[in-house]
Amino acid sequence: MRSICFYFQVHQPFRLRSYRFFDIGKNHDYFDEFQNRYIARRVADKCYIPTNQLMYELIKEYGSKFKISYSISGTALDQFEKYTPDVIESFRRLADTGCVEFLAETYTHSLAALKSKEEFVTQVNAQKQKIESLFGVSPKTFRNTELIYSDTIGEMVAEMGFNTMLTEGAKHILGWKSPNFMYCNAINPKLKLLLKNFQLSDDIAFRFSQQSWESWPLTSEKFVNWINEIDQQQQVINLFMDYETFGEHQWKETGIFDFMRALPARVFSHSNFSFNTPSELTAALQPISAIHVPHPISWADEERDLTAWLGNDLQDEAFDAIYAIEHKVKATNNFDLIAEWRYLQTSDHFYYMCTKWFSDGDVHKYFNPYGSPYEAFINYMNVLSDFTIKVDNLYYHIDETKNINKPAERHKKQSINKINTKNISKNENTKIKPTVFSLNAITHLSDNQIKKLIKTIGFEQFVIALKGAKKDVRNKIINVLSISNQKVIKEFNYETVLKEEVEKSKKQIIKELKKINPI
Amino acid sequence: MKVLMFGWEFPPHITGGLGTACFGLTKGLLHQGVEVIFVVPKAYGDENQDAVRLVNASDVSIDMRNSIYKDYWENISYIEVGSNLIPYASPEEFYNILNHTQLRGSENYESVLSKSYEFSGKYGQNLMEEVQRYALVASTLAANNNFDVIHAHDWLTYPAGIAAKKVSNKPLIIHVHATEFDRSGENINQNVYDIERFGMENADIIIAVSNLTRNIIIERYGISPEKVITVHNAVEPSSRSDFHFEEKHVREKIVTFLGRITFQKGPDYFVEAAYKILQKDPNVRFVMAGSGDMLNKMIRRVAQLRISNKFHFTGFLDGENVDRMFSMSDVYVMPSVSEPFGISPLEAMRSNVPVVISKQSGVSEVLKYALKIDFWDIDAMSDAIYGLLHYDALSRMFIKYGKTEVDNMKWDNSAKLVKEVYIKVLS
Repeated sequence: MRSICFYFQVHQPFRLRSYRFFDIGKNHDYFDEFQNRYIARRVADKCYIPTNQLMYELIKEYGSKFKISYSISGTALDQFEKYTPDVIESFRRLADTGCVEFLAETYTHSLAALKSKEEFVTQVNAQKQKIESLFGVSPKTFRNTELIYSDTIGEMVAEMGFNTMLTEGAKHILGWKSPNFMYCNAINPKLKLLLKNFQLSDDIAFRFSQQSWESWPLTSEKFVNWINEIDQQQQVINLFMDYETFGEHQWKETGIFDFMRALPARVFSHSNFSFNTPSELTAALQPISAIHVPHPISWADEERDLTAWLGNDLQDEAFDAIYAIEHKVKATNNFDLIAEWRYLQTSDHFYYMCTKWFSDGDVHKYFNPYGSPYEAFINYMNVLSDFTIKVDNLYYHIDETKNINKPAERHKKQSINKINTKNISKNENTKIKPTVFSLNAITHLSDNQIKKLIKTIGFEQFVIALKGAKKDVRNKIINVLSISNQKVIKEFNYETVLKEEVEKSKKQIIKELKKINPI
Repeated sequence: MKVLMFGWEFPPHITGGLGTACFGLTKGLLHQGVEVIFVVPKAYGDENQDAVRLVNASDVSIDMRNSIYKDYWENISYIEVGSNLIPYASPEEFYNILNHTQLRGSENYESVLSKSYEFSGKYGQNLMEEVQRYALVASTLAANNNFDVIHAHDWLTYPAGIAAKKVSNKPLIIHVHATEFDRSGENINQNVYDIERFGMENADIIIAVSNLTRNIIIERYGISPEKVITVHNAVEPSSRSDFHFEEKHVREKIVTFLGRITFQKGPDYFVEAAYKILQKDPNVRFVMAGSGDMLNKMIRRVAQLRISNKFHFTGFLDGENVDRMFSMSDVYVMPSVSEPFGISPLEAMRSNVPVVISKQSGVSEVLKYALKIDFWDIDAMSDAIYGLLHYDALSRMFIKYGKTEVDNMKWDNSAKLVKEVYIKVLS
């Protein structure tokens, strides 16, 4: 069996509105409702609706022989639900044919895998649930945002129960190896890997309408000839691309729809290839080797690394800032706030801040609503500043309420104490004998009694016992003393005195007091 | 007394402090009983002409003398001369600003000597050509107007002043708001320097906006000290009754830098000071308002220091937003590396904002209630800002007395000194 595996990426970010410094703390609308609606509608009309229709017709025509797979980001699904419900409908119709596999990804097309495992897992689960609830199928295969993959990300994905993951067949990873085989993760070999054949994928996605390209115009005949030239040993050709290739990146006028419509027939009649979904390939194929990816790869740009989203100062700052508040955001338990925070994680925001203008500048510019990466950065950070204020307000409010509880208890205790002391003083006033003697009883002694007491206890001991004694007690005693002794008592350094000593002296005094029983 | 004055811009069409200063000065002169014919390269028609008769150089046709001037005087009490001059910027910068604002002016490519010439009134590609053409217009105007003295503001108008002097034999005063050394540091544009020096040599008297500038004129241009007089700038009292008070929406105190983000304004020192303060006190937000060739570098630096959640950029702000910014600010900082005068701290103080200014600014010569630091002394700058933020007594005092101080810096006083210069030069 030799297979063609089509996977289409469907994604729309929630674009930010122009958010100025003056808006911080005042305006909490971050997203450009008009633009998001406009773009969702435009891309739906130019791409999603007609392409879904085409795929549906192909499936109807060839039955289960024609199979494809999609990964639709949660943000895209949210926008379809909000702005273009007909797109959801048409995907549902495709889902019902049983010839379409839906893949799992991060809900907001985020880079969480690189920063926070907890957030990554949460987002993937949220995305899975979304797919299940909309299309009634449970994703079994995983593809990460922008096909970002590394050994450790793969390990994490395997841990989450996925048995297959899609990534880029990056040249610097594969070396002499071919992407047209099943591979597996280097840490956990149970996770199978399908690698994008970027040559053939990009022929369709990027070069299709490029008239300076020697193979222009690309026809299904030409394409099938190319795949027939591939060694018979090689099992699978992974054609991974943005779904927007059809009708949006490559306009209808370029003939991209006609190409796609003609391709299956040509494949069936002139080659031994069939169309399969990632899950079918997982069941059918054994990995031929593990693939080592110590540093993350992606499908973007010439470098196939992370530099489209991360690496320059602007991107790193923004990226760190959004995840720095993760703990606080989650602690608020505020659904809207958490949802906004997730939308702000969408990788596109960081893509707009990319300063690589040379090899892939055009692609970046095409997708960038900002005049420069600096504008993108300023706008994003302004939004994030306001968002952080919002989070802090909620977060510290929670803490405050906790603190309020604590002081409230303390307050209660204090008032209880007050009542007690009041009772005691009442007792003293009414000269009812206190059941427990304390140093306070000294106030009831006559001067002579005190002098006698000091003699029996010893002056130094007596002074020590006065640590923390009440003012009236001290005054009472000072009155009895000679001037030199008064000075001693006033200047006595209690810091050097041990607690035990104080307690010991106090006990002695109280013992004597009991004997005198002044009250 | 009547003055033929050459400027390059006039409010509201301004790009820097020059237009504002010219407006204030002419108003002050009017109060001193001095009549001013103010010539600008290009008038837009919405300039405030309370104090002056504005002449549009673009409207001045050189060959058709009598007939055109008749209509001219009857219909326009305001003459405009179109052209391209940013006060404190170099020709290269003019070019950038021009490109940026897409204000190409007229696409009129006749030679300088044609009958009529449409000035762009900007600091654009044909700057040198416009300067020369402006001089030509000046000589025509000088021949057709009665006046006692000629007063030219900044290098772009010096050739015009000299031309007018040649035709009329009236004394020429040049007013130096900035020199090439302020604009370009040590890498000066030789053409501009030559024009400046030629203007200074041909002037009967030179007015400098500060002693700082006066020293540069004496030392760098070799002008005899007796010929150079310092008249400090002033600030227009805030006449707006509808002064827009923006309520602050953030808890933190706000420290503001407002100006062109270029080398001579010292924005980098402000960023470093912000970093230092934020290490100590996170409850501060810093704002850098304006644009310029160092903006992107500053954004990168702020990101690198990981302080962009507390350091904001607004881009260029127009008049209303400048007021908004001031009314939200708790401290204003002007860390200029070289500032001939610097009106913005006065505007801040007028809006009840205490200021930290560099000793390398002309305005520091006249201000008492401002904390003065060396632009390069980041520690001192941080200290000053921190002090104003935290010690209420200090900021209260600076706000209270600073406001009084600024309110007393009237253009009338400066104009009086300028008038004395006129009288001196005429006697």
